Amino acid sequence: MKKRVGMEVSFAAAEAIKLCNVDVIAAYPITPQTHIVERLSEYVANGELDAEFVPVESEHSAMSLCVGSQATGARSFTCTSSQGLALMSEIVYITASLRLPVVMMLANRSLSGPLSIWNDHSDVMSVRDCGWIQLFVRNSQEIFDHAFISYKIAEDHNVLLPLIINFDGFILSHMFEPVELVEDSIIKQYLPPYDPKYVLHPDRALTMGAFAMPAVYTETKKAQDEALRQSYPYILKAWQDWGDLTGRYYHPVEESYTEDADTIFVALGSFAETTGEAVKTMREQGHKVGLLNLRLWRPFPFEAFSRAVKNARNLIVLDRAISYGGPGGPVASEIRSALYNLENRPQVYSFISGLGGRDVTVQDYIDMFEKAISGKAPQDEIFGVRG
Amino acid sequence: MNDANVYAVKSLTKKEYLAPGHRSCLGCGEVLAVRLVHKALGRNTITASATGCMEIVSSPFPLTSWEIPWIHVAFENAAAVAGGIEAALKVLERKGKIAPKDIHVVAMAGDGGTADIGLQALSGAMERGHKFLYVCYDNEAYMNTGVQRSSATPFGAHTTTSPAGEIVPGQITWKKNMPEIAVAHNIPYVATASPSYPLDLVNKIKKGAEAEGPAYVHILSVCPTGWGVGSEETIKIGRLAVQTGFFPLYEVENGRYRITVDCEELEPLERYLQPQRRFRHLTKEMIDFIRQRVLEQWEELKRRAGQTDPVAG
Ligand SMILES: Cc1ncc(C[n+]2csc(CCOP(=O)(O)OP(=O)(O)O)c2C)c(N)n1
Ligand code: SF4
Ligand SMILES: [Mg+2]
Repeated sequence: MKKRVGMEVSFAAAEAIKLCNVDVIAAYPITPQTHIVERLSEYVANGELDAEFVPVESEHSAMSLCVGSQATGARSFTCTSSQGLALMSEIVYITASLRLPVVMMLANRSLSGPLSIWNDHSDVMSVRDCGWIQLFVRNSQEIFDHAFISYKIAEDHNVLLPLIINFDGFILSHMFEPVELVEDSIIKQYLPPYDPKYVLHPDRALTMGAFAMPAVYTETKKAQDEALRQSYPYILKAWQDWGDLTGRYYHPVEESYTEDADTIFVALGSFAETTGEAVKTMREQGHKVGLLNLRLWRPFPFEAFSRAVKNARNLIVLDRAISYGGPGGPVASEIRSALYNLENRPQVYSFISGLGGRDVTVQDYIDMFEKAISGKAPQDEIFGVRG
Repeated sequence: MNDANVYAVKSLTKKEYLAPGHRSCLGCGEVLAVRLVHKALGRNTITASATGCMEIVSSPFPLTSWEIPWIHVAFENAAAVAGGIEAALKVLERKGKIAPKDIHVVAMAGDGGTADIGLQALSGAMERGHKFLYVCYDNEAYMNTGVQRSSATPFGAHTTTSPAGEIVPGQITWKKNMPEIAVAHNIPYVATASPSYPLDLVNKIKKGAEAEGPAYVHILSVCPTGWGVGSEETIKIGRLAVQTGFFPLYEVENGRYRITVDCEELEPLERYLQPQRRFRHLTKEMIDFIRQRVLEQWEELKRRAGQTDPVAG
């Protein structure tokens, strides 16, 4: 019997993390992530989850603590947003290079200044090159499912990398949505207990975090990059296996109406839902538009992406962050370089929108589309700036 | 029974947990302290290290000097990493995922990694009550990056960022009192130690490791390179720091102070300061000023030790 219940998305996320039977949770409050860890602390206080809940004194320590606990063999979890990510980012990079499969949920929020608690992607884009597997979810069901999927991927001995689940702050985190729960037996079948490859334990003298001289630094970094690239098939496999058990299949790029589309929107996160509405409307008006939802951000799914856009003439890439003084939004500039060597590459229009919680409506997407196909759009534009 | 006197030199294990062949300078007091600490702790130990001299001299990939599980993550977070190790051991034992075992969880950092950039993580870990031992190896400056001042650099000392110039006479702030900051966290065990008094040090590490909660041991570690003393002077200078009252050896067990190496009469402060290049510019007035502070602090310590535990004195 499949059970569907309505709840706040943050609570669905916490419920899933509880069902993952995590061992250590280190967390520090920051809006809009906080409801998840509040709920987790309740589970621990009520004995519903046997874990160490460590209310650390900063996000820097949250990630540091997770490094220590994961290195000792405990399934570890933390959750943050915005300034919290910025503060912990030093350790975020180190977690990946230590190959520790910590899972973190990131309720995307803009970075200061000016201070804004609202949603955009400037936080996640600031750690683009941190070496974690990074993916985006769009709704309650997806974040719920991805708790299990993420530990499954991260802890796979062929992967052993940390993973960030990105989800939009407020727009998603504070929504009330239905979610289909998953039976315990399925979770047990899908997600085995954490079986660490290397642990800190007196049984074996192990040195973790040695420093590297120039003679070996490049080699360690190449190895790390390869590890991230080589995680790709295991990510696909984890999605496939989850789909086989639950009927819900996920893909690195998810397409709608792209097959015959001249113009394709590229979106990350829950904005793809509104973009999808806009695409439907434009289709009804007879425009050949499509939508590509980029679910997997790292490792970047080059092949799947190129295949999906190969027949399009225009790509409208929706960025939610600025690369100040750089070549357009961070997603757009990356996509431009990903496409550069293709013989028939589409034109890429970079629209930066939805910064700091600014709403982007169906009509806005239609306006972007018209601008792009009229040839009047500049290569890069911060869209919707008021006079 | 846990008294310094019961540990004879012979009772120290011959086993090295910090193998020789590391890259410290000749006569390094800090590495000597690290070695003694780990001899005292034994093999059932997991150590989380901060960035600094001790990390650099012991772990150039693919080599390591460590014969125990050891992790280095960053400069300011050794206490948080140790907190994670402790939390993991606790929950994994409780859930039956690992066999119960008495494992010492240890964090180690220099004075910079402790009193400056790592103070927040350390305070958090002590306040939360993780059962771990934090050892600060205090060589009174950022040695790994080339002898810059820290908040643990003593008044008057020349460093590369508190140079003795025509107008400013070196460090112009008093040494931050880290042990007192630890005491203020109401943790069960705080102590100062010196590798020049190895049995006292070993005893304190053992006590700290057995404490029911966070323990903090602050070890003055003579750095011949940064202090400008001969590499053969390390032990002697370390002793003089204690005998002049500059760095008293004491412990605070559940709030009770006890001076563990008593000096009936303090040696003249000059005997400690004058052999060190970092102090050679000090005038008589400055030395007198330092002397006054040292005496005040020594009297205050004696008062606390005497008041709370007159017998042990
Ligand atoms: C965040 C950060 N800031 C600065 C540094 C540079 N750094 C590395 S070690 C060090 C000094 C260490 O001093 P201390 O903690 O006293 O240890 P010592 O080397 O003296 O034993 C500094 C400044 C760093 N690694 N990380
Ligand atoms: S600089 Fe000082 S503390 Fe560092 S290794 Fe040399 S003697 Fe030891
Ligand atoms: Mg130092």
